[in-house]
Amino acid sequence: MKSTAGSFKENAQDALKNQRLQKSLKVLGRGFVEKRAKARAALPEFDELCQQGQAIKTHTLKHLDLYLEVYEKQLVASGGHLHLAHTAADACEQILQICRDKNARLITKGKSMVAEEIGLNDHLEEAGLRVLETDLGEYIIQLRNEPPSHIVAPAVHVGADQVEADFRRVHKELPAGRDLSDPAALVFEARNMLRSEFINADIGITGANFLIAQTGSSVIVTNEGNGDLTQSLAPVHIVITSIDKLVPTLNDTSTLVRVLARSATGQSITTYTTFSTGPRRSQDLDGPQEYHVVLLDNGRTEQLAGEFSEALRCIRCGACMNHCPVYQSIGGHAYGWVYPGPIGAVLTPSFLGLDEAADLPNASSLCGRCEQVCPMGIKLPDLMRKWREKHHQGGGLPVLVRSSLTAWVIVAKRPRLYQFMTGIVMPLLAKLAGCKRNFRWLPLATGWTNSRDLPAPSGKTFMSLLKKHQREGRL
Amino acid sequence: MAENINSLHVPQVGLPRVALYVTCLVDLFRPVVGFAAMKLLQEAGCEVSVPLTQTCCGQPAYNSGDRQAAQELAIEVIKNFESFDYVVAPSGSCAGMLKTHYPELLKDTDQYERAISFADKVFELTSFLVDKCGLQSVDRGFAGRITYHDACAGLRELNVKQQPRALLNSLRGLELSELSDGEACCGFGGMFCVKYPEISDAMVSKKCANIEAANTQMLLGGDMGCLMNMAGKLSRDGSSIEVRHVAEILAGMSDEPPIAGMKGPKQGKQK
Repeated sequence: MKSTAGSFKENAQDALKNQRLQKSLKVLGRGFVEKRAKARAALPEFDELCQQGQAIKTHTLKHLDLYLEVYEKQLVASGGHLHLAHTAADACEQILQICRDKNARLITKGKSMVAEEIGLNDHLEEAGLRVLETDLGEYIIQLRNEPPSHIVAPAVHVGADQVEADFRRVHKELPAGRDLSDPAALVFEARNMLRSEFINADIGITGANFLIAQTGSSVIVTNEGNGDLTQSLAPVHIVITSIDKLVPTLNDTSTLVRVLARSATGQSITTYTTFSTGPRRSQDLDGPQEYHVVLLDNGRTEQLAGEFSEALRCIRCGACMNHCPVYQSIGGHAYGWVYPGPIGAVLTPSFLGLDEAADLPNASSLCGRCEQVCPMGIKLPDLMRKWREKHHQGGGLPVLVRSSLTAWVIVAKRPRLYQFMTGIVMPLLAKLAGCKRNFRWLPLATGWTNSRDLPAPSGKTFMSLLKKHQREGRL
Repeated sequence: MAENINSLHVPQVGLPRVALYVTCLVDLFRPVVGFAAMKLLQEAGCEVSVPLTQTCCGQPAYNSGDRQAAQELAIEVIKNFESFDYVVAPSGSCAGMLKTHYPELLKDTDQYERAISFADKVFELTSFLVDKCGLQSVDRGFAGRITYHDACAGLRELNVKQQPRALLNSLRGLELSELSDGEACCGFGGMFCVKYPEISDAMVSKKCANIEAANTQMLLGGDMGCLMNMAGKLSRDGSSIEVRHVAEILAGMSDEPPIAGMKGPKQGKQK
């Protein structure tokens, strides 16, 4: 996927002015947050389950080589094919090769963030294939030629009236006078449009929420059933996923599934939780004839060895962005790449480098709500701060910020100078502000004063007053 | 103000020796909060000292990625404060920096052990009064309706939530009305608010809408940064809501005009 993370500031400003987007974000902020809170309250052992989940992920990542070997053995034993992809380009090429081998023309696709990460649709379409997203949200944004703005709810930025307009624009063969005012009618129409495509598809591609070493299975959790139709009706099923999705056993998967659904949508379990183990066996009634897993690294092994390794525990529930006041203000597109919100602020610089993505870990008040709700206990503010350190070391800070910070530190390290200077400046500022006691504008502080008044100091500093009291023998 | 601090020079044997970490924003912008904190600590039976060499905890440098500068400032703070029994700050953000971030900041240096034992002594003001001093009520009155903003660092790093409410609710006549979406950040975030002013403005606008909706005369909180941000926005919007640090009301020291505001018609009555 092409990044616009480099123009984060402009993206954010546009997003803040976009009234439609702001309306959608208002609804989102409330819905997901309240649903998760209810689900958590209804399950007394939720926090304990999260801790178990964290332990499972930490353990698996620590022994990833071992579990990958076991997984591959089980996958092959069940008749599946494993393709290891070092880079995004490798993964795209491997998938295209499978499509070519099968003379495929129509590809149906379930929702997959890894597919977004590698830019799969563009790659396949450039090769002349027709790729059809079957998740409703993904279907909508594909019609609109937009990237997802949320990892769980990709079209959360789109209003129902916009979807109606898109459907009328694209589904030209349907009667113009049909009633699409009800969201249920939109779902019904998308469903009808997709039915025959599922059956005609040559290949179905899905992602995976988990890969189970014990059984060689892949797991998807969905609410629409499109993933199941994608992977069981086409003759070939390709799973595109990444190495961090591995878990040791079925039991471990069950723990994580319980945590994932509650954290993401506040459901105790998603409508469908589907396990795929190899292709159709002779006694099976349905299922694909071939089952391929394309397993992407794309820098994750390197990340595993570095200081951002805990971010690999992420199970892509989206709770961090749902609760993030910055995401709630600007939405997902402003972040400019596949993964938005706090987890995106940590992951994107790993994938794209700081030159492109430095704004993302900086554009956070570090309020800590993401860490609080992360079921995998990822210390997102600490990781954002680590990126800031790298940014600072690389000389990336804007000159004004860097120089004022340096000046502040120089003075702060010299208490007598500090008190001398502040002892003069603060009363001066207080006098300057006069009886209004605030500034509507102040040079070098326009970032503050453009939108709010700057409270003026009371007058003398605490230290001056304290010393004065001491001198006067009042202490 | 003398009556508030005159026990400073009268060391009282056996009392817990508390160093006030006044914080740079209180020092520079609102000294009354520092004096109010001293008064509350003394009333709670502490012997209060104010190390005169304090400046800044280093958080702006730490959050801007200047680890080395932050480390140097952290070591200075530890050196100046570690000889006391407790270190108390009228700020969850600064106390959080001293308590939770100094050990992280110094973990790869020979100062780590020192940072750990120092961290044990550090408390935010209201949590120190309630959790450590066992204070359950303050014998004062305040006639008025207030709302309270939980600043993020105090709330999530130090679990400060019930303590200020317990003390406020003990004031005779005070009525506390909770903010909707009260655990959301106000958009201050230190340098964040000037580095990304438009996003910060969107956040503080939402917060101020909730403050107005709480329909109170006064907004209180435990952190000057957040309070200045919200007060600045309320003032720009022409709101008549007074913004003050919680220590001012608890200590009965609300004579100072409110943050960013003129001394208007008295909002709430201190008894």
